[in-house]
Amino acid sequence: MRGLKQLALITFKLYLREPVAAFFTLAFPTMLVLLFGSIYGNEPAAIFGGRGSMDVSLPAYSGLIVGTIGLMSVPITTAGYREQGILRRFRVTPLKPWTYILADQCTNLLMTLMGMALVSGVAWLLYHVQFEGQIWAVLLAVVLGTLAMSALGYIIASVAKGARMAQVVSMVIFYPMLFLSGAGMPIEILPDSIRRVSDFLPLTYVVRLMRGLWFGDAFSAHWIEVGILAGITVAGGLLAARLFRWE
Amino acid sequence: MTAIVRVEDLKKKYGELEAVKGLSFEVEQGEIFGMVGPNGAGKTTTIECLEGLRSPDSGQLSVFGLDPWRDRSRFVEKIGVQLQESTLPPRLRVSEALSLFAALYPDPAPGEELLERMGLSEKRNVAIAKLSGGQRQRLHIALALINRPELVFLDELTTGLDPQARRSMWDLVREIRQDGCTVFLTTHFMEEAERLCDRVAILDEGQLIALDSPQAMIRSLERKKCVVFELLNGNAKQQLAAIPEVTGVEINGERVSVEGFGERFISSVVASLENGGAEFRDLRTEQPSLEDVFLQLTGRKMRE
Repeated sequence: MRGLKQLALITFKLYLREPVAAFFTLAFPTMLVLLFGSIYGNEPAAIFGGRGSMDVSLPAYSGLIVGTIGLMSVPITTAGYREQGILRRFRVTPLKPWTYILADQCTNLLMTLMGMALVSGVAWLLYHVQFEGQIWAVLLAVVLGTLAMSALGYIIASVAKGARMAQVVSMVIFYPMLFLSGAGMPIEILPDSIRRVSDFLPLTYVVRLMRGLWFGDAFSAHWIEVGILAGITVAGGLLAARLFRWE
Repeated sequence: MTAIVRVEDLKKKYGELEAVKGLSFEVEQGEIFGMVGPNGAGKTTTIECLEGLRSPDSGQLSVFGLDPWRDRSRFVEKIGVQLQESTLPPRLRVSEALSLFAALYPDPAPGEELLERMGLSEKRNVAIAKLSGGQRQRLHIALALINRPELVFLDELTTGLDPQARRSMWDLVREIRQDGCTVFLTTHFMEEAERLCDRVAILDEGQLIALDSPQAMIRSLERKKCVVFELLNGNAKQQLAAIPEVTGVEINGERVSVEGFGERFISSVVASLENGGAEFRDLRTEQPSLEDVFLQLTGRKMRE
């Protein structure tokens, strides 16, 4: 555990100094809110159960943020650190792998929460979106989603040969998931056949859980989503820890 | 003297390539021990086995009586390391790197003092990407010393540095030793090994071909010494040839070169010239170096 606080703090600072990462986590989702907000507005519509387009999109953007962090930034950064020998330098210190991952996860969570706060703030100010759920439940879901997606991210980082490869693999995995899971656009506007595909995508369960809790569902109404994400977190986490390589 | 590093019959293969073919040596407490040899001689493999970054195929390794691979957690607290192929996050700042590494150890040295010593105080808030090669290496040394180690490993510390930065690095290494720390370094600069190390192990193709102090190695060559100077007046040939240690005199216009042997050879030549009233300038001696030792042992030149 020694060094956890310092490492978490510095990892977080480094994340903020990385313009590309900060853009995709903070600016890009905000741009989506502005873009789709200006196209579709937030008028109540029957297809969204009487809510507006922005009302239903906003919780789904958490899937975008969680996925960007867990499935893009985690594998690319980790594989990059490995390729540049940064992890190797840590290996000849008393730093333990799980301390490293824990510190990294703190940053992932903080960044996700910052991203969520930013898009929610903008959407609330401009489109008066409704929040019908409970804050603690939504926060818990964000934590669970981030842990699950990052676990997958660490696995990608360990399996991919080199940083370039990690980047390609992340993109191939994340981008289709982004559109098919309902994270990038409301799942309601997708045809049935594509919706069936989304059942097989991990990110879908983040989006479904978030949308449910956002509109006031109880956790118990979403035991499938919680179970799947918890399963990914535990099994993926164990696998990630097993596969983790310093070099 | 106590040996703090013991290596016995170390072997390491990468696929078909035998990188290290049975090395045995010891490093004594308080010395600057150098490992030299051409690229691919097995230096980095050996140092990485000792740092606990690689597991040997066979052989006994012990550092402070610990096995670097199996007793890693106790081992890493006692060593400092500068790695050859390693960087830090480019946007990390100098002071952040120090506070991060300090946080990993139970009793870290004061970071500010280390920065001062490494001449990096003014670079405290500079990102690592903006440091020069020499500054970056000095930061790596500072990080290697943050846990007050008893032994530091420096792998190709001066590669890629200009001659001036290299020399200031040598001074730093000597200071580290003066503070009671043992230094284990690798280099492919023979001059560096000769000037800096108390003892040098010469590696070639994964084998130890010589291990001694650089001075002893050079002495053992029994190579003739040579004095070269420009003579401005008269002819000193006969007078020089009469010196017992002199074996040959060659005159080429003003340029005179005298060959000979023995401890008193150079002083005899100079004394003879001065007694004879000769005016000379640009006198220099050409002495064999570790480079010649390598040439003699392998029949090949070390490529730099």
